[in-house]
Order: sequence, then structure tokens, then C-alpha cells
Amino acid sequence: MSEWIEIGALTEIPKLGSRIVQTPTGDIALFRTSANAVFAVRDRCPHKQGPLSQGMVHGNTVTCPLHSWEIDLTSGGALPPDEGCTHTYATRVEKGMVMINLKVS
Amino acid sequence: MKKDKLVLVGNGMAGIRTLEELLKLAAGKYDITVFGDEPYGNYNRILLSPVLSGEKTIKQIILNDLDWYEQNGITLHKGKRVISIDRARRRVAAEDGITEEYSRLLLATGSSPFIIPVPGHELEGVIGFRDIKDVDAMLAASKQYKKAVVIGGGLLGLEAANGLLQQDMDVTVVHLLDTLMERQLDKTAATMLQRNLEERGLKFLMEAETESIQGKGRVQSLRFKDGSEIEADLVVMAVGIRPNIELAKHCGLHCERGIVVNDTLQTYDPRIYAVGECVQHRGVTYGLVAPLFEQARVCANHLAEYGIGHYEGSVTSTKLKVTGIELFSAGNFNGDEGTEEIVMQDAAAGVYKKIVLKENRVEGAVLYGDTVDGAWYFQLLRDDTDISEMREQLMFGQGHLGNAGHGGENAAAALPDDAEVCGCNGVTKGDIVKAIIEKGLFTLEDVRTHTKASASCGSCTGLVEQILADTVGGDYSVAQTTQPLCKCTDYSHDDVRNTIRQEHLTTIQSVMETLDWRTPDGCSSCRPALNYYVISAWPDDAKDDPQSRFINERAHANIQKDGTYSVVPRMWGGVTSPSELRAIADAAEKYSARLIKVTGGQRIDLFGIRKEDLPAVWADFNKAGMVSGHAYGKSLRTVKTCVGSEWCRFGTQDSTGLGIKLEKMTWGSWTPHKFKIAVSGCPRNCAEATIKDFGVVCVDSGYELHIGGNGGVRVRATDLLCKVATEQEAMEFCGAFMQLYREEAHYLERTAPWLERVGLAYVKESVIEDAVRRESLYKRFLQSQKTARKDPWKQIAGDDKESRNFSPIKMVDTASN
Ligand code: SRM
Ligand SMILES: Cc1cc2nc3c(=O)[nH]c(=O)nc-3n(C[C@H](O)[C@H](O)[C@H](O)COP(=O)(O)OP(=O)(O)OC[C@H]3O[C@@H](n4cnc5c(N)ncnc54)[C@H](O)[C@@H]3O)c2cc1C
Ligand code: SF4
Ligand code: FES
Repeated sequence: MSEWIEIGALTEIPKLGSRIVQTPTGDIALFRTSANAVFAVRDRCPHKQGPLSQGMVHGNTVTCPLHSWEIDLTSGGALPPDEGCTHTYATRVEKGMVMINLKVS
Repeated sequence: MKKDKLVLVGNGMAGIRTLEELLKLAAGKYDITVFGDEPYGNYNRILLSPVLSGEKTIKQIILNDLDWYEQNGITLHKGKRVISIDRARRRVAAEDGITEEYSRLLLATGSSPFIIPVPGHELEGVIGFRDIKDVDAMLAASKQYKKAVVIGGGLLGLEAANGLLQQDMDVTVVHLLDTLMERQLDKTAATMLQRNLEERGLKFLMEAETESIQGKGRVQSLRFKDGSEIEADLVVMAVGIRPNIELAKHCGLHCERGIVVNDTLQTYDPRIYAVGECVQHRGVTYGLVAPLFEQARVCANHLAEYGIGHYEGSVTSTKLKVTGIELFSAGNFNGDEGTEEIVMQDAAAGVYKKIVLKENRVEGAVLYGDTVDGAWYFQLLRDDTDISEMREQLMFGQGHLGNAGHGGENAAAALPDDAEVCGCNGVTKGDIVKAIIEKGLFTLEDVRTHTKASASCGSCTGLVEQILADTVGGDYSVAQTTQPLCKCTDYSHDDVRNTIRQEHLTTIQSVMETLDWRTPDGCSSCRPALNYYVISAWPDDAKDDPQSRFINERAHANIQKDGTYSVVPRMWGGVTSPSELRAIADAAEKYSARLIKVTGGQRIDLFGIRKEDLPAVWADFNKAGMVSGHAYGKSLRTVKTCVGSEWCRFGTQDSTGLGIKLEKMTWGSWTPHKFKIAVSGCPRNCAEATIKDFGVVCVDSGYELHIGGNGGVRVRATDLLCKVATEQEAMEFCGAFMQLYREEAHYLERTAPWLERVGLAYVKESVIEDAVRRESLYKRFLQSQKTARKDPWKQIAGDDKESRNFSPIKMVDTASN
């Protein structure tokens, strides 16, 4: 069975913005960067569980809306001096559609 | 009545400070005589380093010239060394035979540089670094010779080495250990320091132990234990100091490393006091002025027979006085088993910070490259403050406490009044602000003279200047150093604003390209600022970029800690109606608001609304005729009003009505920071108009207009802008003032700090005196309001695609890892 799930069109995610995928075990934040890369991370900041999907995206980084920690979207890790990590998920874009793999990160 | 006689031995920093304090407390109490073996008045020893490096002259470091002694009736025996004390007869005798009797004696003999007794140490050209004579010797040598060696890589040695380097000598620092300044710095900071000094041209010989000094008459070279040699025309020994205790010892006073004193600075002979580097208190000797000045205060208090002060020892902090190198250290900076550390290092920017914590208390700190927060950490350390609440923000400094941004980058503004600014003289920010206001001070020199802040080592000068600038605003003449907008650029806020205007830039991207931004998308600091700057400069042409707004402004609601939102509909002037209240109640039930609260801004807040419900909530409010309250925006917030003349027995004008008019005119406008207005119907001021960005206080004859108030982190009452006679004028002045603020303030700078920065006089000039300018500002304000006064709720609720963005893109039923 394929683990890849089709989520929706890339254009549904605003550039430098994000959308949420709801799952039974919590929200996943999908981000689209200015270079049209798509990243998926668990929508919980390692600091105090802030919803990262509501943060500001720049480069491959998102700034958490609650206390401005910066999270590297490629690794899910907080940028120094902060420490902590949120889970990341594999994504790919095929024919303009965003796919996510909830098993592989 | 014959006065008591006080004799001071030692015309140095601690002794004279004691006399100054004493004169403040009890001016006529003693006949005072001072012996000093240096041939000058009293000078600031600390600043010998800048004299050596050529940044200051001897004249500039004189603290008390001979006139001062005369004016205060003090007899000064300068250039005279006291050689004996006869305690039985209470008499001191100097070298040349002069004697003076005393009823109280104060010893402040300081200390002497330790000269390592290696062979050759008495050669010409081998000196310490302690007094004017030594500096003269170094300056003379630098004119004649080339090669200098400084033995000792501590604070004093490095200042000497830097000074000699500035005098164009070829300088090598010889240090016994493998790290510099080991008593003040940890290894990382020491390495950064050494690298920086090497870049400036200093040479280092680490782990080198001097064996002998060679030369015929004058020094020629140095030999080390490992047999190697180095040429030298000048050798400065800066390996430590020894308290001058011989005099005290000879007359039988108990001495250990220093002259032993108790908590009132008395020696074993209660008539004899001692202060300064020559004393040992509770087992500790000090080599910095801050503790000595504390001793001086207590000692003076006791000499004046107030008898209330006690000296209980000091915690010290240090800074290195080498121009261009920022370095701060305090307390236990190395840490041990019981401590933990917060470390931040940015090698590229040359910044290193380490804070040592023990049981949620600051134990020590080392800062390199960025020392603005040194004073704050030092205060937390000395106050033994529990930092668990602010732990996460600790490293970013005081400016970041609470909600970042309102004070801009101004560390001085963030300091509380009781924060110590000048560590040397124990001067707090409150002392400085008070002196500036009460005495009408305008220059750094004035502040120095009146408060002594920055008058000793000078390393707090920048902070004092900032406080001065903050307090007197635009009247302060020294140019402000401009800070880059953020780490993505070297340009300041003003540079960026000017370019946007001159080049007609209407998008964030074009600003970044024109000004060579270092990052492709900027960061979360600059993007919102740039977005604001383009739309405020070109309201008709620039397009707002939602992705460059903080989430609250993007979602038009306030994000809460659990990720839900709060919704505040506008309630014009705080006035509502049964139908509006009904709509609010209905929405609260329909969308399961978890809390309904009356805000501090006279309207109602619904908490716990889910993001995906926001567009529907708004649609319902719109149906009931209500629009967004912008409780989330850097924009007009509320216009608070009181009941005014319609109902109140004291009301002089229709404050409620004017409030509503003002709100209808200004709502929806974007501003650098939030903007609050209030209108009170009489000077009883029930709407608290005098802590608002723009406040109106109605009086019988018209309307007083107030500006620049702030009720938040740092309360500031408004300044009176002017008085006008009609509502129409009040509205015009309000619009013009808001427009000036919009066009000129930095992003995230509220009116209060902005006003303090540019000065009330400037604002008055632009808005009152220059009627033409006022009219054009007002016109531009109304013009930009044409596009801004649209309800963002309506726009989103009525747009399917926009509304969709508030909901999940998809729901999947597979569990994720
Ligand atoms: C809701 C409210 C508290 C309440 O329940 O009464 C409130 C709530 C918040 N205030 Fe406030 N302030 C509220 C009135 C005030 C007032 C009183 C007033 O306006 O008369 C003040 C002091 C007056 C002033 O601003 O000068 C006030 C001074 C602040 C400050 C400090 C501003 C400063 O310049 O120092 C902040 C922090 C900031 O803006 O950076 C702040 C920030 C906040 C934030 C936005 C914090 C945040 O970033 O999440 C809070 C949002 C909560 C929310 O989700 O709604 N709030 N806040 C009040 C909303 C009024 C309204 O109807 O819009
Ligand atoms: C180059 C340099 C830089 C420094 N930088 C700093 C700094 O940045 N921060 C800081 O906090 N501290 C600094 N210090 C240390 C600070 O200057 C001293 O801690 C302070 O001056 C000590 O004050 P005192 O009154 O105890 O001694 P002194 O200021 O040395 O005064 C003692 C005086 O007594 C005189 N005297 C001694 N014996 C006799 C006698 N028998 N009869 C008559 N007169 C006598 C001496 O000639 C001297 O003038 C620096 C010191 C130096 C030399
Ligand atoms: S609402 Fe209360 S807790 Fe929140 S920022 Fe204002 S004062 Fe602080
Ligand atoms: S929850 Fe993300 S920074 Fe605090």
C-alpha cells in the first residue's frame, strides 16, 4: 500500500504561507516557501506547543507566532539559541498536487 | 568652638571620594588636611588608560583641581609622603618634617604595582602602570623607542598594551597562563578577545615565564625560563598590585594582606579609618573603584557621626576599556557542578554571551561583543532575583522581556528606575533621570558633574547618553547612532523609509532588491516593517502582503496560547445597543466562546473561537452592522470616551460624540505601532485621555489636545500639544498628528518613544506652527483612509477563497507518526 496521500493543489497554499492537514493524532502544518518548496511538520512548536502554521515563513524557516522561536522546516529543529524539535514529514509535489507521507520523515 | 581635625593620607580616588561624601553630609564638621605624595590635585586613575592611548589628556581626567581644595577649606600637602603615625600623640609626620595632629585619621594609601623581582627589574625602562608618572614615562619611551613588552595579560596589562600600540609601538604581551584575563573571562571569551587584539596588531607570548631582564643602564631584552629571548626598549609590569600597608603596619595597626577594617571602615584603632585598595574587609581586598566608592560612602557617614551605614562587601563587575572592544564580566562566570549555563555564540558577528545560573539565580555572566545587557544581568545577580519566569528571554536581554518591540532597540528605555547604570559610582537610572529633569541638564558633561554617572571608568557612557536622549528627547544634541533595521541588512529604518519614498518602491521585494537584502525573504522582523513602510508611503499603489504580517493581523483576530482566537467587534466610542449586544450574545453561543469579557478598551471580547469559524463569526457580526475592532493590529485600536456633557453634571463638551467622530475618521488606519485615542468630558478625565497616543480633554472653552501617552510597559503621561476651540479643529489636528507619526516613526515605535526621540518641539512645529504642513498632513491622512477604512472582516467573509484559507486544507484519517 502506498503511504503517500494526496493533499491538494500547491496553489491552495499561499506563497510564504501555510495550511493545515488534520489527522486523528493532531494537526500537520504544510508550508510553501518563496521557492515553491513544500514542507510538512507537526503543528506544535517545541517551545510551548504554539501552532507553527500561523507563523511567518522566510527562507526555509518559520517563526512561531507565540514567542518567536525559529524553526528550521527541513529538520524540524529550533534554531539556536533555542533547543527542541518538531516532527517532520516527507512531501513531494507531482503535477501541481502536494503529496505527503505520514509514515516516512 | 574648635573644630575636630581630620587628616587624610592618600590623595587618591577613595580618599577624596570619602571627603566629597563627607562634605555633602556635614560640611563644616572638620578642619581637613590631606597628604598626597603625587604632585597634583586628585585625578581619575582609571582614565590613565585612555590618556596613554591618546584619547584623553591629563587635564581631562583631573577630578578636583587645586581650587576645589581651597574652596572647601582643605589644606593640601601635595607631593608629600607621610612616613610615620604617632598614635599616642595623634600626629602624622611627612618626609620633609611637616607634622599634623588629628582627631580622626583616614588612610587611603592605595596600592602599588607588583614588580617581579627578577634580575634586571631595576633597569631604566622597567616600570609599572599606576600613575601619571608611569604614563609620562611610557609616552616618552614611545617617542624614542620601538619595542615594548607588557608582562601580564590581565585587565591592566591589556589596557597598557593597547595604549602603547596606539602610540605606534611594537607591542608584545607576555602572559604566564594560556588564556588572557583569566580572572574575568572564560576560555571562549578570552580566545575571542585575543583574536581581536591580534587583528589590531598586538602580539602575544602565552605561557611564558620571565627569567631575567637584560640591558646596560636601560633595558634591552627579556629572557624566559625556556631560554628564548625577546628585544625590548620598554617593559611594563602589570602582574598585580600590593596594598600599601607599610605606614599602617609601622604604627602597630593590624594588617594582613591589607589594613584590616570592620564594617564601619575603622581599623583596630577606632580613631583611624581606612578606605580603598589598601584595606582588607571581611578577608577581601578590592582593586576596582565601585567597591571603594561604596566604602567611601559608609566611611563618610560614620565620620559625619550619622552612624547608620554599614559596609558589607561588594560584588564586582568589570569592563575592558579598549575602544571598540565590548567586554563585560561579573560574578562566578566559570560555573561549577551546582550551576548551569545559558550560552549564545555568534562567531560571525563576534558575539558571545554566557550566563551562569544556580537555582534560578544569576551567578555570573561573561559578555563579549554585545554588552548592553551587562548592567541588567549584574543587577539580577546582585539582587539575587529569581529568574525562572524570564528564563527563556534572559539571553535576549531586557529589551525582549514581555512583548518584544515597543521600546525599539533602546536598552535604556527598558531599564527600570532602580537599575544601576554606573557601576563605579552606584548611580541608578532613576538618579540620572531625576537630575536631568530637576536640574535641566542637556549634556553628558552636565550629567557627569551632577550625578557622577560615567565619570569614572566611562564604560557606561553610551547608556548614559541614551538615557539623556530618552529623557530630553530631540533637544539632546549628540547624533544618535543608527541601528540596522534587522540582521538582514545594514540599513536603518530611516534609510529604508527614505529609499522607499525616493525610488517609489511599492513592494517588499523591490525594497529588498534595491537595498541588497542579505536574505531572500527577509525575516520576521523586517518583513512586517517593510510591508508597513511601503503601504504607508504609497497607500494607493502598494499592495498589502498578508504573509508579511504577524498572524493577528493576517487572521484579523488575536491568537491565544492554545491556538484559538479572540474576536473583538468595534464598539464606536464604547457605545453599544441592545441589538449589538444580542448579536454578540448569539455569536458567543453559536460558536461556543469560552469566555466573554469586557476589555480595558471599552468593548467586548469573545475568547476561544476556532480559526475555521472566524469568517462565519464575522459574517454574523457584519449582518448586525458591526465591523472589526482591530484589537489585533498595529493600527487604531479604541477611542475610549466618558459620558460627557450629555449626561454628566460636570461634562463640558460632548465627549462621547467627539469620540465616535474621531473613531469613524481614524478606524482601519495602519500605524507603526498601535494607536489609542480617548476623549474625556472634563479634566476629571474619566477616559484616561492623558495616557493615550492622542487624548482630548474637554474644557469649558474648548478642547485640550494631548499626545504621546502610554499606559503599557512604561507609563508615560501625555504632553500637551495645544488647545483648540472646535471639534473640527480637534479632528484636523488628530489626523495631522497621526499622519506625521505614520510617515516618520519607525515600525514598532509607539508615539511615546517616538515623541521622546524627535522632541515635542518638532511635533509642535509640524502640526501647530506650520499651518500649511498641518493641512497637507491632514489631507494625506484622509486620502489614505479612503482605502484603509474597509472592514477586513467583510472582505474575507465575503470571499470564498480567502475564507477557505482559514480551514484545514484536508482531513485525513490515517494517524500520523
Ligand atoms: C483584551 C485586552 C485586555 C482586556 O481583557 O481588557 C488586551 C489584550 C492584549 N493586549 Fe493590551 N489589551 C487590552 C487593553 C490594553 C490597555 C488599556 C487601554 O487600551 O486603555 C493597555 C495600556 C494602554 C496602552 O496601550 O498604552 C494595553 C497595553 C498592552 C501592551 C503594552 C503596550 C505598550 O506600549 O507598552 C501590549 C504589548 C504590545 O502591544 O506590544 C499589549 C498586548 C496585548 C495582547 C495583544 C498581547 C498579545 O500580543 O497577545 C493581548 C491580546 C489579548 C487578546 O487576545 O485579545 N497590551 N492593553 C484589552 C483590549 C482592549 C481593546 O478593546 O482593544
Ligand atoms: C591604569 C589603570 C586603569 C584602571 N582601570 C580601572 C577600571 O576600569 N575600573 C575600575 O574600577 N578600576 C580601575 N583601576 C583601579 C582604580 O584606579 C583603583 O582601584 C583606585 O584608584 C584605587 O583608589 P585608592 O584611593 O584606593 O588608591 P589610589 O587612587 O592609588 O590613591 C592612593 C594615593 O595615595 C598616595 N599615597 C600612598 N601612600 C602615601 C603616603 N604614605 N603618603 C602620602 N600619599 C600616599 C598614592 O600616591 C596615591 O595617590 C585602574 C587602575 C589603573 C592604574
Ligand atoms: S491581556 Fe493581560 S496577560 Fe495579556 S498582555 Fe494584557 S496584561 Fe498581559
Ligand atoms: S510556543 Fe513557539 S515560541 Fe513559544
